[in-house]
Amino acid sequence: MNHPLLIAVLILAPLIGFLINGLRYQKNSANLSGILATSAAVLSFFVSVILVSEIFSLPQESRKIVVQFFEWIHVDSFRVNFGFLLDPLNSIMILIITGVGSLIHLFSIGYMSHDHGAAKYFAYLNLFLFNMLILVLADNLLVMFVGWEGVGLCSYLLIGFWFKDSQKAAAGMKAFVTNRVGDAAFLLGIFILFLTFGTVQFSDLVAMAPSVAEVSWWGPITLGTLFLFVGATGKSAQIPLYVWLPDAMAGPTPVSALIHAATMVTAGVYMIIRLNPLFLAAPNTMAVIAVIGVLTAVVAACIGLLQNDIKKILAYSTVSQLGYMFLACGVGAFGAALFHLMTHAFFKALMFLGSGSVIHAMHEEQDVRKMGGLKKYLPITHATFFIGWLAIIGMPPFAGFFSKDEILGMSFQSPYGNAAFWALGVFGAILTAFYMTRLMALTFWGKARFSDKLHPHESPWTMTLPLCVLAFLSAVGGWIGIPHVIGELLPGHPENFLEKFLEHSILPILDLPKAMPTMEYLLMGTSVLLAALSAYFAYTMYLLKPEWPKKLADKFRPLHELVSNKFYVDEIYESSLIQPLIQLSKNIWLYVDVNLIDKTTYVVSDLTKGCGGFVRILQNGNAQTYATYISIGIVLILSILLMR
Amino acid sequence: MLLSSVVFFPALCALLLSLWPVQKLLKSFALFLSLIEFGISLFILSQFDVSTASLQMVEKYPWIERFGINYFLGIDGLSIWLVMLTTFLMPIVILGSWNSIEKKWKGFLACLFVLQTAMIGTFLAIDAIFFYFFWELSLVPMYFIIGIWGGQRRIYATVKFFIYTMLGSVLMLVAMIYMMFLTEQAFGTMSASLLDFYRLNIPFVGGQFFSLQTLLFFAFSLAFAIKVPMFPFHTWLPDAHVEAPTPGSVILAGVMLKMGTYGFLRWVIPLFPEATEYWAWLFIFVAVLGIVYGALVAMVQTDIKKLVAYSSVSHMGYVILGLFSMNSFGFTGGLYQMLNHGVSTGALFLLVGMIYERTHSREISKYGGLANVLPFYSIGFFIVTLSSIAVPLTNGFVGEFLILLGSYASNPVFTYVAVLGVVLGAVYMLWMFKRVFFGPESVLIKEHPLHDLSVREYFVLVPLVVLIFWMGVFPKQFLGFSKTSIDHLVAHRSDYILMVQGQEGKQP
Repeated sequence: MNHPLLIAVLILAPLIGFLINGLRYQKNSANLSGILATSAAVLSFFVSVILVSEIFSLPQESRKIVVQFFEWIHVDSFRVNFGFLLDPLNSIMILIITGVGSLIHLFSIGYMSHDHGAAKYFAYLNLFLFNMLILVLADNLLVMFVGWEGVGLCSYLLIGFWFKDSQKAAAGMKAFVTNRVGDAAFLLGIFILFLTFGTVQFSDLVAMAPSVAEVSWWGPITLGTLFLFVGATGKSAQIPLYVWLPDAMAGPTPVSALIHAATMVTAGVYMIIRLNPLFLAAPNTMAVIAVIGVLTAVVAACIGLLQNDIKKILAYSTVSQLGYMFLACGVGAFGAALFHLMTHAFFKALMFLGSGSVIHAMHEEQDVRKMGGLKKYLPITHATFFIGWLAIIGMPPFAGFFSKDEILGMSFQSPYGNAAFWALGVFGAILTAFYMTRLMALTFWGKARFSDKLHPHESPWTMTLPLCVLAFLSAVGGWIGIPHVIGELLPGHPENFLEKFLEHSILPILDLPKAMPTMEYLLMGTSVLLAALSAYFAYTMYLLKPEWPKKLADKFRPLHELVSNKFYVDEIYESSLIQPLIQLSKNIWLYVDVNLIDKTTYVVSDLTKGCGGFVRILQNGNAQTYATYISIGIVLILSILLMR
Repeated sequence: MLLSSVVFFPALCALLLSLWPVQKLLKSFALFLSLIEFGISLFILSQFDVSTASLQMVEKYPWIERFGINYFLGIDGLSIWLVMLTTFLMPIVILGSWNSIEKKWKGFLACLFVLQTAMIGTFLAIDAIFFYFFWELSLVPMYFIIGIWGGQRRIYATVKFFIYTMLGSVLMLVAMIYMMFLTEQAFGTMSASLLDFYRLNIPFVGGQFFSLQTLLFFAFSLAFAIKVPMFPFHTWLPDAHVEAPTPGSVILAGVMLKMGTYGFLRWVIPLFPEATEYWAWLFIFVAVLGIVYGALVAMVQTDIKKLVAYSSVSHMGYVILGLFSMNSFGFTGGLYQMLNHGVSTGALFLLVGMIYERTHSREISKYGGLANVLPFYSIGFFIVTLSSIAVPLTNGFVGEFLILLGSYASNPVFTYVAVLGVVLGAVYMLWMFKRVFFGPESVLIKEHPLHDLSVREYFVLVPLVVLIFWMGVFPKQFLGFSKTSIDHLVAHRSDYILMVQGQEGKQP
């Protein structure tokens, strides 16, 4: 097979889709643009499948396809090609991106059918796929950065898609700027790694990663990886840069599913997994990643408890789940991070699309308090959402169970982990079960709380088909990573397929203690049981005893206020960062530019004018005055001569 | 003859145009002439030998023999793209000003062409006095362009512009003459040739301001720093831009500012290597300050044109940062950023001019919802914005990345501050973009009958947009021309000597 051609088709198909839809963007036939864009995505998906099967057919050690297109920048020792590489690690990524991406494109045809800007929407969506594929296929940091900024740009365009609404446009800008903070750090990371290793090529960086860990905080590897991680906190919405993601829900819902749940926001996790030997060489960075990850997981889940906008609940849930992935990276369980990335892509895309279906049916209503009882009207949406719910709260044998369990288990067992990480992780899982059950109860179950005039109806097949496929994946997607302790109990002893597949891409954790089955069962059982209890509690609270939430809120008023206002993080940023910066800028402009520099030059020019003015008085063109000067001069000269 | 024709053909055009008998076809004729000039420069590009760092296509004739002053033109990898930038922007500027200039077309075009001669001459002159002649000549037509065709406060702005730049140049002239005397001491005959200047060994005492090399260094630097403009000499720029007519702004930002940075690259850095090395921290400090300062002040501007003007201060800060990092990344990035800034800021001023022609307002607060009314104009503006904030695959990224890399290699601490510019750049551009193009349609927009880009405007914008992506995706094609010269500069910075092609063996 011609690999360069296949990779080119894979990447360029969405770009061509973008160009076609972009050029005819004023046409508002949603169907045609949608079919065009979807075909581009599906074409990419097929090519991905071909490429991944090629990868499979190669012997295990040499599963790698490298393609170099042309030299991009070459200055002195800095040399970067437009080069791409495919190995088991990003095989999974491209399947998720093009596969889930195609489904979301299909879903969008139905969702955007009434929108006048459909062609533009599909153009952006294709452009996003193009950039995302560059990001994951890049064989060096700089080309990855191309995709990295590119997806941010598409995210900006799609969040602000309905830009007539100033608030939505502002949300787009917030996303871009917050991401830019991360991107600037990413650039610094590239500089440090390049100046340390003399290359930005992944294969070289990974090969050169020292086997001895760097202990110092100021060592180049620690500093470089830390900066890259700051880049990741921007793109993947972690503390302290997560604030853009909830606002990003201003965009059309399928965008939230594709960009802000399944693909773009996982870019940071992917980047860390890609460079895992380098991160392993910097234990301090690993510790920071784990701590930030687990904190984000818990804090975002807390905020999710009291949100009322269905998409915002899902957004905070995404932030929280991304936190788990970073926790996994931080404790060295890169395989588990990728596993959770994948299962999360399935169930979160499913739930976002499901919420899109709900919003579509409710005529743009997003407040869960005004829903209820939708199970009756939206049977397919409900059934699929139900599976997603089971998956995210980690009920066996659904996808989320296996991946989350692996993360929690590793955060306990790994030499980088500890009991506190595990406990916080389980606490996060309890919160997750609570807010997701609350979402289910308020949206689908119980009595309808919307007006009688509204007649919600199930969505067309273009929207329900993707839901069904994703529901299927959310149900069985976890089976490719069945842990050994469970595999041994099952007939035929299925092995952990994913672990084996990634064997050569991911460094194993050194001195990982041998797993004890009883211990694993205990950990697993505890988290599942607690999550189930929490879900039951939420079910009771929101369905059987609807007066409880209010009572509880009254009882813990300050805490309730704090959490439902999202810990006032946005307000703190606004008042401590943004406003002072604007004020400072106004002041320096007024005082430095206008008053100091210009005034100084005025003084200087006045001085010059003054001197000139004085000299001017002397030359008034009056012959008598001149005669006076001459006589004064003669007298002076004569007196000097006479004095000698 | 090639270089002489590219320098003096525009002057001839100016003469031709002022003698042109009819008003009709005047603009078309001017456009035609500027395209011929662009053709000449393309021919030079095709003849350019990328394998040598020596001066090429040299033309040298005695001018004032007593003082060793020559008519001396030469081109190399440092100047070739700046010449191309100038000739490329000229037809675009003429086309862009088609409707915005309302009176005295003949005089306007004559000024523009004389200005072109002056700018190209500055980039190609290798003789100090000849260089100075072009350097000062460039002020005159710009003085008139702002003063006659400018806005409300044009007289104030143009006088400020003239005095600021003039002030710096005077010291430079003194330094040049002093260096001519130094050549007489060193070589026996007086010479104003830059090549002879390079061979001088000017004594340098570190830590002492009143030592010869340091004084000469600062005399030159002041002239160039004002032109760039570097903080705190930048305040003439916003005023000049706001009052200048669109074509004036485009040429001013697009090319004239580069005369300053080119001066650093051609004159200051190779001529005074020890002083440059010693004082680099000061320039890097001021450059970084300018990057952040320009961006912050740009953020709170209420006038779009002023915002773009302050963004120039920030972007030119990057160029200086690159040049004074003094490694190949920095030099290459700095040189590339000069071109990028010419393209993207030139395009921004043209775009601002286009909307000003339609609504006669530049107040950001009066706009809103433009994206809905003028979709193609908005797309163009957005692409140029991307270039300005250095998104990868646009030209801006390559330059900014190389500059920051070079700067990190030589000065990590300052780079940590400079990357703030990456964030702030996005803030002020996108905030402006949001207020002007997004949101509900404002009263101003509802009141004016707006039409989207005309055919002429497409011809203005498309070449710029194409160039933005071309330079972003295939920077090698551009940098290949400058590589040898930059490598030569990096390798021989402390003992820089430039030869004339074909005479490398001979002793001058």
